Formats: sequence, C-alpha cells, structure tokens
Amino acid sequence: MKTQRIVFSVALVALCLTIALTVRGARQGGGIVGGKVTVEGMLAKPKTINMASEPGCAKMYPTPATSEDVVVGAGSALENVVVYISAGAPDESSSPTQPVTVVQKGCRFAPHVVVMQTGQAVQMINEDSTAHNIHPLASNNREWNKAEPPGTAPLSESFARPEFISVKCNIHPWMHAYFAVLKTSHYAVTGDNGAFSLDNLPPGKYTITAWHETLGSQTQEVTITGNETVPVNFVFKK
Amino acid sequence: MRLKNILMAVVVLLASGATVSFAQESHIGNLQGRSTAGKALYRRYCIGCHGPQGDGAGENAAWVDPKPRDFTAATFKCRSTPSGTLPTDQDLFDAITRGFVNTSMPAWKPLTNQNRADLVAYIKTFSAKWKDATAGSPIAIPAEPPVHVDSILHGRELFQKMECWKCHGPEGHGNGPAAATLTDSKDNPIRPYNFAIGSRFKCGVTNEDLYRIFMTGLDGTPMPSFSDVLKPADAWDLVHFLRTLQPMQTKEAEVWKTWVETQPAQAKQLKPIGPDQGNLEGSL
Repeated sequence: MKTQRIVFSVALVALCLTIALTVRGARQGGGIVGGKVTVEGMLAKPKTINMASEPGCAKMYPTPATSEDVVVGAGSALENVVVYISAGAPDESSSPTQPVTVVQKGCRFAPHVVVMQTGQAVQMINEDSTAHNIHPLASNNREWNKAEPPGTAPLSESFARPEFISVKCNIHPWMHAYFAVLKTSHYAVTGDNGAFSLDNLPPGKYTITAWHETLGSQTQEVTITGNETVPVNFVFKK
Repeated sequence: MRLKNILMAVVVLLASGATVSFAQESHIGNLQGRSTAGKALYRRYCIGCHGPQGDGAGENAAWVDPKPRDFTAATFKCRSTPSGTLPTDQDLFDAITRGFVNTSMPAWKPLTNQNRADLVAYIKTFSAKWKDATAGSPIAIPAEPPVHVDSILHGRELFQKMECWKCHGPEGHGNGPAAATLTDSKDNPIRPYNFAIGSRFKCGVTNEDLYRIFMTGLDGTPMPSFSDVLKPADAWDLVHFLRTLQPMQTKEAEVWKTWVETQPAQAKQLKPIGPDQGNLEGSL
C-alpha cells in the first residue's frame, strides 16, 4: 500500500515535471500565466439567427447559426474571452507591422472577437456574395462606417487608443463582432476549451484582466519571479 | 497690499487658464467665431433640445424624433471630410444654416453669420475630441461630367452592385429588405432616404452634395462611406442615376425619359434592380 502511494507520487511529480518542461521548452524563458475561463449559472440556449433575408448566407449553415453573445464549450468553458495584461506589461510602446484579419463570411464576422494592438492594422475582407458595411461604434476612438460590397478589395484601418469596440453590419442586424484594441501584445482569446496562456513574462507584478462582451470583466494580480508558470483561472457568473 | 496683489494674480491666472482649456474658436471664410459669444446664443436657441451639456438630452428631446444631436460624441452626419474624421467648421456652419429637412432642426437663417460662427465654436466645447484632433481634410470632388445616358446606365449598375437597394429599395422608395431593422448608433430606429418623396437631401440639394453624402457617409447612421470602393467617375455616374429616382424635373430624368422612349427595346432588356433571382432560389 505504502510503496504504491510512493510510486504514484513519483509518477505524479514526473508527470508535472514533464508538462512543465514541455511548456517551458517551447518558450525562451520568462514566466507564464495560464489557466482556464469558465462560466457558472443558468445559461439560456443561444438564440438561432434568422437569415431568411439573405438566402446566400442562410444556406451556408446545415443547422441555423446561433448568436455568439455567450458561447460555452464542454466543461462550462467560456469562449471568446480576451485575457490580457492590463497593467505592468513590458511592451506597451510598439505596435506590430503585421495586420490582424477579420473575414465576413456567411453573414458573420470571423473571428467574432478580433484583438489588435493600438496602431496595428486590421484588415477586413468580404468573402460573401452580398454587400456588408463595417461600422465600429467606437467612443474612445472615432466612430466610422464603411461599405464593402462583394468583390471589393480588403479595407484596412487602425485604432489609436485602447477600447473594446462593438462592431455592426447595419444591413444584417444579426452580424456583430468586437474589436479589442489593446496596448499590450500579451493577450489571448479563449477557444472552446476556455484555456489561455500569456508567455514570456519577465519578473514583475502584473494585473491580468479577462473581458467578455456580455458577462463583464474581472481582474487578478499575479507576481512573476522567474520562469515559473502561475495558474490563474477566471469564473464568470451568469 | 502685496498679498492682495498675489491673490489677484492667482485669480486672474486661474480664470484665464479655465478659458484657455475650454474656449474654442471657429473659422468660416473670413469669419471668426468665439465660444464665449456662442454660449449665450446656445442657451437662448439650442439648449431646449440639445441640452445644457450638449448631450442631446434637452427638455424637448423626449418629444423630438429624430433625436437631437449629441455633441459630446462629436459624430456628425453632414461632413465634407472622410468617415471617422471631425467635420470642418464650414460643415457645422452649413448644417446650422441649412437645418435638417424632415426633422425638428430648423434652418437658422434668421441668425447672423457671426452668430452661427459663434455657435459652431461653442458646439466644439462639448467634446474633448476637438482638443485631441483637427478636422479631416475635405474629400476631393472632380468637376461633374456631362449627363449622358451611358453615365445613368452605369450608375444604375452600381446601384445594383453596391446594393444601395438593400436599404433604399429597388426603386429608391426607402423600402429595401434591410430598411425595417436599421438603427442609428444610439439604437434608435432610422429610415433610409426615400427618393420618391422628392424632399431635399439631408446634407444639401446639389449634385455635389449628393456625391459627398455617399462618398463620406453619414456618421452615426447606417449610411456608410463608399469612398474606398467607388472611383470618382463611378460616383458621378451613381449621382446621375440617383437623380432619375426623384419625381422632379431634373436634367438626368429628362435624358433618361428620352432614352426609354426612343430605345424601348433596350429599356425593356434592363434587368430589374433587386435580389439576384438565382441567388434567391439558392443556386449560388
């Protein structure tokens, strides 16, 4: 019995070490903040979207598309959460030259939450055979509204100030996206497993913020001393 | 005595500091407007609808539809400047002078030019955006080419291809498939312009005004800017076609009518504007 327990403990330690080494092997030093975002509470079934007015888009969905206000994966994992360093990030001055891309396809924006840094270009592509308009309802930045009929060249814009911007297509009222404009490059957007990881963090104190479009935002403070992984989880309540 | 002088200096400094940070000027041609003068005019003529804070929440706002402009957002429909940029002082001056057709905002022609310039300056004190940024550069508008049926026919193609009809309707009656669900940026219902009622356009009456409206877009509304997707020559063709949708005697309508009457066979072959029938049946 006792040996069994020891063997088990040794195996567990070995497993942890392997995981830690694998994760670290991929990075060039620095600490990691990682974990999972989940949601608790009564969640209504996502509303189905009626695309009857746009048959070309409607038939791209074998089962009707559903609203992306709250998207939950297996194990209550919360999708489309932006997790980022809201204070203490070491890299707030530069913006990448590579653009981020958002595609209008099947009368939806993909991805639904588009993260970009201040000053970084966002390229907007219309792959549908119908016209769209891209209308970011910005307040900290300037609000604008541009038409993108089918077959036209991608549009490119950038935002100078950090802001979570609701983006509409007025022609198709169900189309909704968010532009998350951040100062830092240390961000992640959760997928259907709710997992996130912020890497390459030099020692220091950081504020980690998790933002969701309808469930609000939460913050946690973490301290990195070396190359360790600090587990951080967020639980949103509905 | 000395203490009194110092106190006096501090008071003067504070007062001047306050005016420097909040005062605004406007420049319309040779006219220079001052917000200090505009404030009194605003309180006399504008406050009832636009409110003391300029946020469009004046006493009358509840009974006004469309709602009064919220100046704190610094988002304006009628601009000569690209979508997402601040309008010029002249744009704001013209908007006050012209008023907004089919709304509660009258044309303020009874006020002097100086009065209206002062009001423009005061309106700019309601948003910090006027401190952070300067007005956009007005879009370039090349001279209008002569009206010809080819221009109108091409404009008609663009009306189909740009999907103007989605909101404005196949005949421009403001009844397109997306018209019913349109909302402005404050989520208030808003209707697309109906060309058939023959009313003035929101931002002017000339062909150049019409060109400017769809090339810059009406910020704060669903009407987007088309300047990224239409070349100037295309834009003029679209202007010429749009004029044929109005019930007035326009030179464009004359040219169009003559063509339809003299070329009935060709006119009959024109595909109706609206959804692609093949697409409707689901054969993309």
